[in-house]
Amino acid sequence: MSTSEINLTGSSADAAEDAYTLSLDAPRSRTRTKKTPRSTRGNFEMAAWLFMRLSGIVLVVLVLGHLLIQLVLDGGVSKIGFAFVAGRWASPFWQVWDLAMLWLAMLHGANGLRTVINDYAERVNTRLWLKGLLYTATVFTILLGTLVIFTFDPNIR
Amino acid sequence: MATPVLDKAEAASAASPYITVTLRIRRFNPEVAAEPHWEDFQLEMDPKERVLDGLNKIKWDLDGTLTYRRSCAHGICGSDAMRINGKNRLACKTLIKDVNPGKPITVEPIKGLTALKDLVVDMEPFFQAYRDVMPFLITNDTNEPTRERLQSPEDRERFDDTTKCILCAACTSSCPVFWNDGQYFGPAAIVNAHRFIFDSRDDAGEQRLEILNDRDGVWRCRTTFNCTDACPRGIEVTKAIQEVKRALITRRF
Repeated sequence: MSTSEINLTGSSADAAEDAYTLSLDAPRSRTRTKKTPRSTRGNFEMAAWLFMRLSGIVLVVLVLGHLLIQLVLDGGVSKIGFAFVAGRWASPFWQVWDLAMLWLAMLHGANGLRTVINDYAERVNTRLWLKGLLYTATVFTILLGTLVIFTFDPNIR
Repeated sequence: MATPVLDKAEAASAASPYITVTLRIRRFNPEVAAEPHWEDFQLEMDPKERVLDGLNKIKWDLDGTLTYRRSCAHGICGSDAMRINGKNRLACKTLIKDVNPGKPITVEPIKGLTALKDLVVDMEPFFQAYRDVMPFLITNDTNEPTRERLQSPEDRERFDDTTKCILCAACTSSCPVFWNDGQYFGPAAIVNAHRFIFDSRDDAGEQRLEILNDRDGVWRCRTTFNCTDACPRGIEVTKAIQEVKRALITRRF
């Protein structure tokens, strides 16, 4: 940038720099050289896309059912207490329900945020940090939740 | 009395269809200034004229340095896609009366591609993505055909919509995912892949699907429908992209 005022045909690295200094749209350079692309059947992006659709459908049932039980039926939110939770988690059915909801909701949300970061964070470092933060928070929450569901002790003092 | 004068003025304006239109154009000349700027031009125009006519008037009568692409001027060649009042349109298909001529009409180059000068952008990344999907007939038989490749009307109908593309880049440059880093194939390339993937005479559908299964392929589409809104040919672009996604999962096309 110091030598030339404007670099119109440069590489994308120069271009990204230009975009910030010139407030012009960055030049796009595609470095797609291989004529025949490698087989990408069943790649991660496709799996992620499918997961979003399928987990979304399952979550509609899980979350709406959860909200109905917690907030509407049997006196609504006022009934929720330690005893209520302990009573529910005594049954493996509700353990599995809550576990599935935790995993699906966390992965669904994390994947959604991952695409948002991919789409909106332009600098490589920003992406790296945001995604690192996201993955750490996701793994922590999932592990903590799973631990609690499996090791819950109703007789805790 | 003011009344007769007013009447006379009204009568004159009724007889002449011309109105004063302000075209606010984003000018950029890298040889003069590194920064683009807005420039206003006042024109006497018939509201039934097109934005392209306004640009021509400026270039021919007011400022010959104004740079833009146009060729056929009838919505077929796809040269003059630009951002008019914040929306991607063809200047040759946009009537002045349809873009709120009471206020200045803003004209900018399409977004996401490098502006070279004024309204001219570098279309190379766009055409590279187009070339990447192999937009030509590929058949398994190596011999020269001795007769026409026949196709039923139903088979032709499957990709009829996507044959209408004129490669103006209005869709691709309206796509927020393409704005981000320009690595996404973009709606136009996917539309032109769709045109051959769903063609019963073509044998390379599988190959094209693999290309679009790439990290920067169809899975980056967020179904925001900007492309469908922008298409001057009325192609249901997002629908075509969804059909490619479905074909990738079911492997039926």
